Amino acid sequence: MSVSRFRVAPQPLDPASVAGTVSIEGCGAVATFIGLVRKHNAGREVLWLEYEAYAPLAEKSFERIAVEAGERWPQVQLAIHHRIGRLTIGEASIVIVAASPHRGEAFAASRYAIERVKQISPIWKHEHFEGGDIWIEGATADPEDATARQAAIERAWSSR
Amino acid sequence: MVVTIRLFARLRELTGQSELSRELSAGATAGAAWQSLVHEFPALADYGRTVSCAVNEEYARMTAALKDGDEVAFLPPVSGGS
Repeated sequence: MSVSRFRVAPQPLDPASVAGTVSIEGCGAVATFIGLVRKHNAGREVLWLEYEAYAPLAEKSFERIAVEAGERWPQVQLAIHHRIGRLTIGEASIVIVAASPHRGEAFAASRYAIERVKQISPIWKHEHFEGGDIWIEGATADPEDATARQAAIERAWSSR
Repeated sequence: MVVTIRLFARLRELTGQSELSRELSAGATAGAAWQSLVHEFPALADYGRTVSCAVNEEYARMTAALKDGDEVAFLPPVSGGS
């Protein structure tokens, strides 16, 4: 069974199988970004996270992000998989794979993709910490927000 | 007309509902659907400035006109990723 390049599912993430969804013909670089559940957040000791998504739209948002990245870095191929459900410390919540002829574009497109996922993808994080719980709410999900998109492009070229 | 409303994350918790069906006047916008929800669940009012929406699994504006049978999803601010 072939795995889609863009996926939201409760199964544990396997970076190698995400990388297997992109064609590496002509490529000289594959950058794999893995986002993990961190033990400390904003001074709180995290016990676990519960991720919730509007899965069909989240998968479409990943495709949209890949199209956007393609406008900037035409030779990069992206794959984005996000896990949902209950995740414990150290588990992978997202894997982004960027394959391209040269490493610069692979790193930049991968950074762009994670910034855009956090800006527009309908995925929510419910943090359970020592002493309570909180929904982490960041940006209003608006893919047409040009300022946010520009910020993601700038971050892609920076080390911030 | 009847539309399906989907709610996620904290919006789901505040209303106790992830999916509901509501009768709206013909041609009502997504924004009008939101206003009727706020009327029914006043706790949602705080999200008036930050909520966004999708219609039939595509991003949409609050000004989008709905049709009978549409699914409108209200999205609280997101935070996917790491």
